[in-house]
Amino acid sequence: MRETRIIMGMPVTVDITSDDPKSMVNILEEVFDYFAYVDEKFSTYKSTSEISAINAGTLTPADYSDDMKEIFMLAEKTKNETGGYFDIVNREGKYDPSGIVKGWAIWNAGKILQRRGVRNFFVDAGGDVQTAGCKSNGQKWSVGIADPFVGHYDKVVKVIRVSGEGVATSGTAIRGQHIYNPHKRQFSDKNSHGDKSNGIYDIVSLTVIGPNIYEADRFATAAFAMGRRGIEFIENLHIGDHKLEGYMIDTNGVALMTSGFEKYVV
Amino acid sequence: MIKKLFLPFVVIVGFVGFVVYGRMKTAPNTAIVPPLSVSTTPVPTVTSPATGISPTATSGQYKDGTYTGSVADAYYGNVQVQAVIQNGVIADVQFLQYPSDNGTSAGISQRSMPLLKSEAISAQSAAVDIISGATQTSQAFQQSLTAALSQAS
Repeated sequence: MRETRIIMGMPVTVDITSDDPKSMVNILEEVFDYFAYVDEKFSTYKSTSEISAINAGTLTPADYSDDMKEIFMLAEKTKNETGGYFDIVNREGKYDPSGIVKGWAIWNAGKILQRRGVRNFFVDAGGDVQTAGCKSNGQKWSVGIADPFVGHYDKVVKVIRVSGEGVATSGTAIRGQHIYNPHKRQFSDKNSHGDKSNGIYDIVSLTVIGPNIYEADRFATAAFAMGRRGIEFIENLHIGDHKLEGYMIDTNGVALMTSGFEKYVV
Repeated sequence: MIKKLFLPFVVIVGFVGFVVYGRMKTAPNTAIVPPLSVSTTPVPTVTSPATGISPTATSGQYKDGTYTGSVADAYYGNVQVQAVIQNGVIADVQFLQYPSDNGTSAGISQRSMPLLKSEAISAQSAAVDIISGATQTSQAFQQSLTAALSQAS
């Protein structure tokens, strides 16, 4: 049973493999209610949210809610683990924890389903997904990495199969051939070192497969900010026994993948 | 005997140390990419526009110059682009603001890198359960670019 709603400014899809879809209706509502709760608390676009109150200076750390304290703690941890490439303080000096809230919320939504005894599902918010178990035909869930060069996300450039992992893609889509600086298209530039490259603007997409969507999302966000070095960061990243894998696409349409990525490829 | 060998030994160790140090400092920016046998063209093709921008502008559609787009929210942060028009068409687009670009000079640990496999991307069937892509930022990119191009029209 699958349902999609627009929450937090993006399509949120919950799919539950079930022989009795009607029994899942209340569980689905609980999951969507949770996302609405997250939006109300963490949206920087809502003046009534807790994060907006913090940024307006009307709420002090001692009065933060438990979830807000947790997010700030996780954000600090991520900042340390990524050498500062992940930071919830934005250019105007305000807190914007969106880069960590999304993955955290999807992961929590998955936990709601698991607490309700659901073993086979996925929760997808804006292209970041937590998976569990299998689909109705017994196969693992298939995830297509969107073609970053087109405006519509109905074209994919790579398909992977996951069951239990989280998949997150960070990046931007640069549309159209005309936007490319013809000089950057030369292969001889690919090995250029140092800051001759435009940093993050040399890559357009970085997909991370992690043990859960929380880990995949925060590290995809940080790794994308590192530019071409991002894929190396992912290659060296382990969470416990689980090695993270990644697939990075550059402005020339060339992808680099981590050493264990292909085990997920169909 | 030992005294006689000591100085050359130090020189050799010092030289080896210097060479090793020199190699460590010049860590590659990314893994050396082996020559590709590209079967599909690596240059992405233009497809029909999603939100009113026509990518392949006919010459003379825009006035030459550099135009700064509005700051668009990408949910994760702000995106602002600058379009450069030459000969009436878009010659380049630069990011002025981009989410996650906190501009720190914090380094990441440099470790030795195994060769990472590379490939030219190629379109595949989209018959998948989930599509993973960076949706938010691209919409903001288009929004900011539209604003920039509207000044050039």
